Amino acid sequence: MMLTLAQAGEGTFWFPAQAAENAAKVDDLFYFVLYVSVFFFLLIMTILSIFVIRYRRREGVEPEKSPSHNTVLEIVWSVIPTALVVYMFYTGFTGYLEKRTPPTGAYEIGVTAQKWSWNFTYPNGHTTNVLHVPVGVETQMVMTSEDVIHSFFVPAFREKMDVLPGRYTKAWFTPTLVGTYDLFCAEYCGTAHSEMITKVVVHPQDGPDSFENWLREDSDFLTKLSPVEGGKKVYQLRGCGQCHSLDGTSGNGPSFKGAWGTERTLADGPKVVFDENYVRESILMPKAKVLAGYEPVMPTFQGRIKDEEITALIAFLKSLQQ
Amino acid sequence: MSTTHTQTAVATAAEPDYLSCSKGWKSWLLTLDHKRIGVMYLIAISASFFLGGLFALALRLELFHPGKDFVDGDGYNQLFTLHGAVMVFLFIIPGIPAALGNFVLPLMLGAKDVAFPRMNLASFWLWLFGAIFFVFVLASGGLDTGWTFYTPYSVEAQTAVIFAATGAFILGFSSIFTGINFIVTIHKMRPAGMTWFRMPLFLWGMYATAIIQVLATPVLGITLLLLIFERVTGAGIFDPHNGGDPILFQHFFWFYSHPAVYIMILPAMAIVSELVSVFSRKPIFGYKMIAYSSVAIALLGFLVWGHHMFTSGQSKLAGAIFSALTFSVSIPSAIKVFNWLATLYKGSISLATPMLYALAFIFLFLIGGLTGLFLGTLSTDVHLHDTYFIVAHFHYVMVGGTLFAFLGGLHYWWPKMFGRMYSARGSAIACLVSFVGFNVAFFPMFPLGAKGMPRRYWYYLEEDFISYHQLATVGTVLLGCGLLGIVVVLLKSLKNGERAPANPWGAATMEWEAASPPIHHNFHHTPAVHDPYDFGDLRFDPAQGGYARTSNATATATH
Repeated sequence: MMLTLAQAGEGTFWFPAQAAENAAKVDDLFYFVLYVSVFFFLLIMTILSIFVIRYRRREGVEPEKSPSHNTVLEIVWSVIPTALVVYMFYTGFTGYLEKRTPPTGAYEIGVTAQKWSWNFTYPNGHTTNVLHVPVGVETQMVMTSEDVIHSFFVPAFREKMDVLPGRYTKAWFTPTLVGTYDLFCAEYCGTAHSEMITKVVVHPQDGPDSFENWLREDSDFLTKLSPVEGGKKVYQLRGCGQCHSLDGTSGNGPSFKGAWGTERTLADGPKVVFDENYVRESILMPKAKVLAGYEPVMPTFQGRIKDEEITALIAFLKSLQQ
Repeated sequence: MSTTHTQTAVATAAEPDYLSCSKGWKSWLLTLDHKRIGVMYLIAISASFFLGGLFALALRLELFHPGKDFVDGDGYNQLFTLHGAVMVFLFIIPGIPAALGNFVLPLMLGAKDVAFPRMNLASFWLWLFGAIFFVFVLASGGLDTGWTFYTPYSVEAQTAVIFAATGAFILGFSSIFTGINFIVTIHKMRPAGMTWFRMPLFLWGMYATAIIQVLATPVLGITLLLLIFERVTGAGIFDPHNGGDPILFQHFFWFYSHPAVYIMILPAMAIVSELVSVFSRKPIFGYKMIAYSSVAIALLGFLVWGHHMFTSGQSKLAGAIFSALTFSVSIPSAIKVFNWLATLYKGSISLATPMLYALAFIFLFLIGGLTGLFLGTLSTDVHLHDTYFIVAHFHYVMVGGTLFAFLGGLHYWWPKMFGRMYSARGSAIACLVSFVGFNVAFFPMFPLGAKGMPRRYWYYLEEDFISYHQLATVGTVLLGCGLLGIVVVLLKSLKNGERAPANPWGAATMEWEAASPPIHHNFHHTPAVHDPYDFGDLRFDPAQGGYARTSNATATATH
């Protein structure tokens, strides 16, 4: 879990490692603004300190008369900052245009954000909740949200874009450095906003760890693994663990430990058995039967999860009886 | 000279001041006296600040350690929401105008009161009424939407969104009432001889602020009503699940809330303009530029709201326009700083406590302003938006800027308000502790944010981030100690502080011609209008312990 950034390039005092093509440009402009700011800050503070010491009040000494305005000086200190900010604006704007104009033919990955997990869909239909991307390839995210506004933020790529319900937004980048990086939700989205974090894995172009290999192997795990192991993988990939623990601790949803086959009380009174049909219904229509003591906060997976996955998940839940 | 003073002294002895002229709680709660309303506002906003500060302390303590300590995700979300909402709506927006402005503005004009004293009292009562809604919010499950109420989260949140929105709506009217009052008072009640460009800069700042209060606040009111309507009826204005547009809410919200930033900072700049001039005994440098830049900031401030939305999905063109306009606001702000600096040149600089706050303000506001450049710049903002870099930036502006200027103004006008001098040494130490504490608390958040720590996170995994958070928490505790020290020093002065002279600092504006504290009607005679920044004829008079005018020519003319 604690994969640090040191694995992939070094961070600096200000920034994490640069892992995308655009990052250096952003950082360069940041440093330009920083140097300008530090220069003016030190200049003003030095002059201020000198004045405060040199012109400190002395008993019985009246201040000399000095002009109360000076046109040349006032024009100079208006024009110089103006010129500097025009440069900042222009450079920032062109950088922004690049960031916000996805190239044609980029590798496209669908992103679905929901409270409180990420879902990435690759062109072959495979989905994961950790983002996998190939190094050196222009990659575009086409993003939407199932519920409230989220924001896709990868500090190492210097990229951030809000993810909205009811419309699509786009982000793109060309990863330059193989490694694993943080991916955060940057727009406040409620209870587990701070847990809506995952990783971006940048794969090398060739070799056994290449993106192609990973995608091929990861896509057909349901046919390769036993139902229980496959179900466990579904549990991980679909982000069930954000709310449903495996160790008995209660989260936003009930723990799955020892849950199978037990009789539970619903929020509105009647009882229900934790069985195949209840699990299936809760995945597809989570608000239909909410257990007592929990809020109806689970999003629906209707249309986003395959029957095989539900079946595997059920096998996994059964295995948790002991 | 001496005759003038004896007259004042005799008059003061004969006529009780505004604090003691009538007794009983009714004489306060139903008062039409701008000074008493100012004092009540001062007490009320200070209590709100204390409450908001407790929330801040609690959330900083939670963040000291990366995992869960004493609140969970929901608890933390409540803490940061309530911290923000209480500080913004109950403290910082009314702060300088309603508390200090109410007290000082009519005095600075040599007037008996504001133009509409009843409306002034109504403004205070609306504030109280709005604050009661916030108490309801606390009592009925709290609020977890962030002070920004972003939709659709605020449409589906299970917390007391409607109470909070109603409270903010009512507080908006309180703010509008103050604004209208100040605009009319400044237009109609300036004494003969005080032309627009002979007004103290504090009045220019109040005027610019009032324009924003009157023009921008209704938009917040409408937005909050629409939000309530959306929650109650599901009409589909902002909620995409019903065909609404959540970005529309952001536009509406920031159309008020960005100008609101200038409601916070313009009065602060106005106070600093007074302090820098008085404590350097120098006419303010570039008076007209400062006055114009206040108005320029107020007007341009209406056109930059979209810079809160560079990553929201608004169009590239909108991004470019808002970025350019944002930079245009930075120029008048920079000009003000240069003007303050030039005022110090060849001055006679006293480091009395109000001046310490003014210097602290310049230091902190410079950092706040300069870090704004990183955020106005489009491509760097994409990385920094919604991280701790933003948190640091706006705290440098709102706390480092507005709070420190407010405290400077409070220490400046305190002798006038309560007729007592506070311990110079004690107040200077408290100022210094607060200044250091503030920097320790907020500076680490700049690199923390640039490294990628998102805001509004109640826990964090990166080991990298721990030391920054711990430093910030230590700084917050230190800042809290400093602020507590200020309260102790000021309250102690009420009990056993020396009696304040009419003009302890040698200021040339008119409020210092009134007694300390002023009588109920402020002045026995309408004072003569002087140049507000001409200190030439003000000399220290040891007999009085304060400053007095040496030229009888103008002073006697009024007697």
